[in-house]
Formats: sequence, structure tokens, C-alpha cells
Amino acid sequence: MVHTKKISLVAAILAGALAFSMSARAQDHAHATPTPERQSWTFGGPFGGFDKGQLQRGFKVYREVCANCHSLSRIAFRTLAEEGGPGFSESQVKALAAEYKVKDGPDDKGEMFERPGRASDRFPAPFPNPEAARAALGAAPPDMSVLAKARSYSRGFPLFLVDPLIQYQEHGVDYIYALLNGYTNKSDQNWNAYFPGNKIGMAKPLSDGQVEYTDGAPATVQQYAKDVSAFLMWTAEPALEKRKKTGFRVMIFLILFAGLLYFTKKKVWAGVAH
Amino acid sequence: MSGPSTYVPSSAIGRWFESRLPIMGLMHGSFVAYPVPRNLNYFWTFGGILSFMLGAQIITGIILAMHYTPHVDYAFGSVEHIMRDVNWGWFIRYTHANGASMFFVAVYIHMLRGLYYGSYKAPREVLWILGVIIYLLMMATGFMGYVLPWGQMSFWGATVITNLFSAIPLVGDAITTWLWGGYSVDNPTLNRFFSLHYLLPFMIAGVVILHVWALHVVGQNNPAGVEVKNIERDTLPFTPYATVKDAFGLVCFLIFYAWFIFYAPNYLGHADNYIEANPLVTPSHIVPEWYYLPFYAILRAIPSKLGGVVAMFGAIVILAFLPWLDTSRVKSAKFRPVYRVFFWAFVLACVGLGYLGSQPPEGGFVIAARLLTIYYFGFFLVIMPLLGLFETPKPVPASIADAVLAKNGAAAQAHS
Ligand code: HEC
Ligand code: HEM
Repeated sequence: MVHTKKISLVAAILAGALAFSMSARAQDHAHATPTPERQSWTFGGPFGGFDKGQLQRGFKVYREVCANCHSLSRIAFRTLAEEGGPGFSESQVKALAAEYKVKDGPDDKGEMFERPGRASDRFPAPFPNPEAARAALGAAPPDMSVLAKARSYSRGFPLFLVDPLIQYQEHGVDYIYALLNGYTNKSDQNWNAYFPGNKIGMAKPLSDGQVEYTDGAPATVQQYAKDVSAFLMWTAEPALEKRKKTGFRVMIFLILFAGLLYFTKKKVWAGVAH
Repeated sequence: MSGPSTYVPSSAIGRWFESRLPIMGLMHGSFVAYPVPRNLNYFWTFGGILSFMLGAQIITGIILAMHYTPHVDYAFGSVEHIMRDVNWGWFIRYTHANGASMFFVAVYIHMLRGLYYGSYKAPREVLWILGVIIYLLMMATGFMGYVLPWGQMSFWGATVITNLFSAIPLVGDAITTWLWGGYSVDNPTLNRFFSLHYLLPFMIAGVVILHVWALHVVGQNNPAGVEVKNIERDTLPFTPYATVKDAFGLVCFLIFYAWFIFYAPNYLGHADNYIEANPLVTPSHIVPEWYYLPFYAILRAIPSKLGGVVAMFGAIVILAFLPWLDTSRVKSAKFRPVYRVFFWAFVLACVGLGYLGSQPPEGGFVIAARLLTIYYFGFFLVIMPLLGLFETPKPVPASIADAVLAKNGAAAQAHS
């Protein structure tokens, strides 16, 4: 009976510890920003892939709006024509790159010079350095190359354990989408429901009709936000499609291999007591 | 407990070589003829899985090192270069980053297996201590590896952990400055961490060889926790029996591993590590990787800095003393009904500490972490020594063969 007592003591301690952390959680929730809503994306799930039209629209939004402040310094123009991306043609990319001025040099006289961009160049930044951006805008806009992977939010216990099983990995894009739609205080352009602390240095960047779409998609803030978020997922994870496709083949192979090994093992062990 | 050396090379060249360097005989004795207890369960496949993971980390790591630049201005960019421009670079990096986590998943299962079946008890004390050394080296390797991509968590994790050394009285600050190679975590720190991150896995490989050597001297423990008495009746040759079972276990583990690589590659990491390190911006929560979280919770549970550091390192070092803290005559928890309950409570306490390590150190979280820390140490320092004296174990089978017969007999009865 001493045993039962000890056991119940252990159980009581563990239950107490759990209860404490639960109540701490509840307090934590009271002054947190709302949880971004989970969106449905073409690139979610095991067979997900990018919608080329959406990436092209998102790129247009980036170029015409976000690029005024946000750099995209790790992305080379050529990647816009690569497999699993927005699917521009090589000549389109060449023409696009040539529209940018890229700093190069030094030349034979030791001078730096500007030349039209080439497909192998990376997107030039709108500001020479983060300090200049901060001086002009009040806050430094983050580089967008990996932004969709650099933002996330906690889904809390037990959902965070479910996420890898259901392959929910789009927390970052969902946050960006929610943020772009989160300017719900009409009297304050810098108030955002989803930004930690609610005071964001970026005034509402999008408004209806701002970017012209040629494929019939609605020219609304919501649609812009959706498209540019998808585009940012692609810049952050350009190999996403290839990764998921490869993953499926690897899984099939491993499962078949495991099956064969299972039956081999059964056969080998059949004759011996174990 | 290596089996009788039955190896005879079939070719003349083989015999010539064998009489000069009997390496094939050694391999044959270790991985073909080596006798394994016939009652091992799948928890015994994790040793092989761990060896595989070490090899996988070394191979992917060497490829990463070909493209990586250990410099504060280029490290983050070079990792992105690997992800974007290197052929299959994303695969190599995700395999390596998730490989570290899988390595720890496997090592935790492997260690808890030892804790459950009493594998640290005589005559396996040295084997166990070598394992604790491997675990410590893995922790150091994983920590330094996480610094290399030079994201915000890399930088601030390194700052928090290296700062712990400053808690040492008198010489603490000097040691910390020496570790950093300057007055903060900076380029010299990144360079030496890269150098050591490359070196330590090979030291691990060396200790693994000693670990396997010690294993082959004393033989494997088994679920019944009784020693091999009769090689014929109690054991089976490693090949084909253990080989095929280990292979099956490994491939199942690879399915789990591949799930993360291909479908949730960033789940086990932290989003802040995709922000380049910035010494001027402190992240709101600095959290280490998941496999350190229980120890991080213990660190923060103690109100004094030095006390916290001592408790954190103590929580790992205490494992080395297990063979002498456990007073039970019976090894396997299978025959220790009370120990079993405390064991599972210990597992829960570790999981709970892990959760608390990921939460901010405030209010109820701290109190919960303190209670669980008390249980963590109480388990080793109070329960283990006392329980061995007071617990009445169930009858233990006379031999492995008897244990197998009892199990098969029960199964036969259940079937009829
Ligand atoms: C007028 C300049 C400007 C424009 C245009 C702009 N941003 Fe920003 N953005 C900023 C600044 C400044 C910040 C930093 C805000 C802060 O830290 O308070 C920022 C921050 C962000 C963040 C990060 C928020 C966080 O969680 O830290 C996201 C996401 C973002 N911008 C998306 C966009 C998108 C998408 C567009 C294009 C539709 C865009 N921005 C256009 C200036 C701009
Ligand atoms: C015990 C085995 C090893 C473990 C546990 C380990 C662990 C890690 C971890 C956790 C990271 C950070 C991953 C990330 O978040 O990006 C990392 C990165 C790295 N490791 Fe290792 N590693 C091991 C072996 C090696 C070896 C043997 C080498 C080199 C020969 C190596 C080279 C690298 C390099 C270059 C990086 C930086 C690139 C990156 O961040 O992806 N590793 N390692």
C-alpha cells in the first residue's frame, strides 16, 4: 500500500504541474494578438504546387508596390524562369532584368558604373542599406527573400503536435496574408490587428484597384494579399514543388522496401523461438 | 562475449591477408557470427539506427561544408546559396538539419531503453558511461551546428549558452571571453564553432568504436535482463537474424525521417533563424532546439544563475552515476512493477520539462518547472537508491531461453 501512496503522490505532483502551466497559458492568451486564420493554398499538403498565374500576379504586386521599400536580395532574375516557379520565359526574364539598373565595376579606370541588369543578377535593393531605409521610412523593412519562413505563430498545445501530421506548414504565409488584411482601424493607418503590439511601421500598403490584373482576377486588397503571399512562399522555398514530388517517390520506395524487409524478417525468424 | 572465431577466408589471398591483419575476422566476429540474445525487441534496433545517423550527418555535413562560408557577413547568405543554387542543396541541408533532430530522437529512445531494462547495471557500467560521453559530445555538436547558419536564434542561443560560463566564480568572465575570442559572440566565435562542429563528429565516431567494443566484450542486455548462460540456447547469430531485423527497423525510422525532410522540413526549427543574426535586436523569446528544452527548463527553474548552471549540467552528468545509484538486484523493469510507474512518471516529467523550456519563464511555468526538476533529481537520487531496497520484484526467468519459452507458451495458450 506504500506503493500506491507513492504513486498517487507522483501523479498529484505531475497533475499540479500541468494545471499550473495551463493557467499560465490562459493568462498568456488574454493579451495576445489574434491567431491568423488558416487559408487554403495550392502549395499545401503532400501534392501541393504553385499556381503559375498566382505567382505572376503576386510578382506584379511585389514589383509595383512592395519593391518600393522591401528588397529581395537573394533572388536572381533567372529563377523566375526556373522549374516550379512563376514560369516566365527566358526572353521575358532577360527583358525584365534589363529594366533594372545594376551597379557593377570597377572598370579599367577603377570607376564603378551602372549597367542594365542580366538574368544572372539579383534583384537590386530599393535602399543602399537598412539604415538608409530606416531613415526614410522610420523602420527598416525586412528583406523578402525568406520572409515567409521567417514569420510564424504558435498554434499552442495540442495543435502544434497535429501540424506535422496534417502537414500544415503554411504558418508564415498565413501570417503575412492576415497582416496585409489586418489594417482594421480606419483612423490609424499604422494599426494592425496581427502585428505584435499592433503598432506597425508599415502603413497600409495595399488598396483596392491599385494593381492592374490582366487575367480577370479581382483587383481587391484580399486578392493582392493572397497573390503576393503565395509569391513570397515561392521566393522563400523555390524548391517546394520538387521537394514534395521527390518526397512522394521516396516515400513509396521506402514503404515498399520496408514491406519487403518485413516479410524477409518474418521468414528468417519463422523457424526460431524468440 | 565474442563468439568462437569461426572465420576461415575462402580464397588464398584472403588467408594470406588474414594471417597478417585479421580485420575480416574481426568484422565477421562482430557483425556475422556475433551472438545476440534471441529475445531482443525493436528497441534494440536503435543502436544501428544511431550508427546510420552519425554516418548520414557526417556525409551531408561534409557536402554542406564545401559550400558554406564561416564568416558573419556571409554565413547566412551561403546557407541560402546552398538552398537555392547548389544542386540538391535544399535536400542536403534539410537532411542535415532534420538529421540532427532524428539523431536525438533515436538517442533518447536508446537511452530510455537502457533506463527501462537496466542496461547500465553490471557488467555494462563502462559501456553506459561511454554512451553518456557520446551524448554530451552530440549536445556540443548540435549546439555549435545550430550557430552556423547565423540566424537570430543561432546568435542569441550562442550568446545565452556561452554566457552561462560567466556564472563560474572568479574565472567565469575570463572563460567566457576566451570562448568567444572577443567580448561578444562574433566572427572568431563563428569560426571556432565551425572548426569544432567539423571535428566533434569524428570524436563521436571514435567513442562509438569504444562503445561497440565494450558492448562486444560484455554482450547485449535483453528485455528479460538476465545474462546469456548458454550461447546455443539463449542466442542467435547476428547475421541473418539481427541484420534483417535492424534493417527493417532502420527503414521504418527512415520513413519517419523522410516525412520531416520532404513534408515538414522547418517544423523542428525556429522561424527566427531565417532572420539574419543581428546583435542589436534581441528576439522576444530565445529558445534552444527542442532536444535541449528539458535542460533549459531546469536551468531557468533555479533562482540563482550559478545554481541553474550546476543543475543543468548536473542533470546530464548524473546519468554517469546511475550504475551505482540503482540498488536493485533485478535489471529489467518488466519484473519491477513499482519502478515501472516511477519510470513512466520520469518520462512524463521530461516531456513536461521540455514543454516548459519552450515557454517564457514566468508565473505558473516556473513553479511547474521547479516541481518537475525536483522529480527529475528525486528519481535518480532518492527513488532509484531506495526502491531497490524496498521493492519486491516479480520472479525473474532463469535464462533467456526460459523467458522465450514462457512467452511462447503464453502466446500458445492465448491462441488455443
Ligand atoms: C512604404 C514602404 C513599404 C511598402 C510599400 C511595403 N512595406 Fe512592408 N514594411 C515596411 C516597413 C517599414 C516594415 C517594418 C515594420 C515594422 O517593423 O514595424 C515592413 C514590414 C513588413 C512585414 C513584416 C511584418 C512583421 O511581422 O515584422 C511584412 C510581411 C510586409 N512588410 C509585407 C509587405 C508587403 C507584402 C508589401 C507589398 C504589398 C509591403 N510590405 C509593402 C514598409 C513597406
Ligand atoms: C554528430 C553529427 C552532427 C550533428 C548532430 C550536426 C548538427 C547540425 C545542426 C543542428 C546544424 C544546423 C542546421 C540548420 O539549422 O541549418 C548543422 C549545420 C551544419 N553542419 Fe552539422 N552536424 C553534425 C555533423 C556535421 C559534420 C561531420 C559536418 C562537416 C563535415 C557538418 C557541417 C555542417 C555545416 C557546414 C552546417 C551549416 C549549414 C547549415 O546550417 O545547414 N556537420 N549541423
